[in-house]
Amino acid sequence: MARFKKGGSRSVPGINTGSMSDIIFMFLFFFMVITTIREVTLEVKIVAPQATEVQKLEKKSLVSFIYIGQPRKASLGTESRIQLNNQFASVADIQSFVAAERAARDESEKNFITTSLKVDKLTRMGVVTDVKQELRKAGAFKINYSTRKQGKKTD
Amino acid sequence: MKKMPEINSGSMADISFLLLTFFLLTSSIDTDQGITRKLPPPPDPNADPPEVKERNVLKVLVNKSDRLLVQGQPIDIRQLKDRAKEFLTNPQNDPNLPEVEEVTINNLGTVRTTKGIISLKNDRGTSYDMYIQVQNELTAAINELRDELSQQRFGAKFADLTSTTQSEAVQKAIPIAISEAEPEDIGGKK
Repeated sequence: MARFKKGGSRSVPGINTGSMSDIIFMFLFFFMVITTIREVTLEVKIVAPQATEVQKLEKKSLVSFIYIGQPRKASLGTESRIQLNNQFASVADIQSFVAAERAARDESEKNFITTSLKVDKLTRMGVVTDVKQELRKAGAFKINYSTRKQGKKTD
Repeated sequence: MKKMPEINSGSMADISFLLLTFFLLTSSIDTDQGITRKLPPPPDPNADPPEVKERNVLKVLVNKSDRLLVQGQPIDIRQLKDRAKEFLTNPQNDPNLPEVEEVTINNLGTVRTTKGIISLKNDRGTSYDMYIQVQNELTAAINELRDELSQQRFGAKFADLTSTTQSEAVQKAIPIAISEAEPEDIGGKK
């Protein structure tokens, strides 16, 4: 190293990296706050359709999800299946699912549960209609069709 | 006093980096978003369906090959938004389009509204993608009407209205008048 001062054999002080961890921790907390941990492992393939008029779902804790799509495992065929929590379910299970979701919430929040339908875009409406009918019977009227945001079309 | 050796905290950063990458991998940033709808309560078998005049209903049918039929005419999805807007406003007081009425709403004054309802019916074989496109176009029509009204009265877009009384008034003036028909099996199971 080039030395400009004569004689002094001072060593370069090491850079203090102690605050580095604080910065990374800040990053960590930031990501923990803005992201959601995947609670379920998806057993079905879901590619959400795109739409322009989307609204954000508020209050994550008040959303329960129903997944509909083709099974990931090829051995289970290509027929669209319903997934509730971590397993495949049938249309008849939806009412008890809604009841269980209600029971898990506070008394004051029970009426504000939104059911988010995460449906693959290749699904036929028959299954979706059946699910919607069951939701109506179960009294879960607030639903949300999960979609991806698409830029405004310019035509 | 004996000088304490400094604890080497350089590896601390590595540990937190590990944690960071772990959280990045296990979590998803995608915020849940979509088209929100309210389902009607199940129909009462004893009650008669409400009488709605023919001119007040815009029938939108989607068949199993994803084709659209509006009031008996096949149309393209790109025309649907303008059709719905024209139907919901009836600008020329056309006798074939819905009845127009002047309604007084709190915080908004007198507004020209129509009694139009869009009736959406799809087949069991319709693809979900098409269904969402149709819902999207209809929502776009309603949102644009709301934006126009809110721009005219309050000078801001509907989504940018800050007071809830204002947005509730606009919502009341232009409700989401989309009714989904009770499902029927038309095209056969698929």
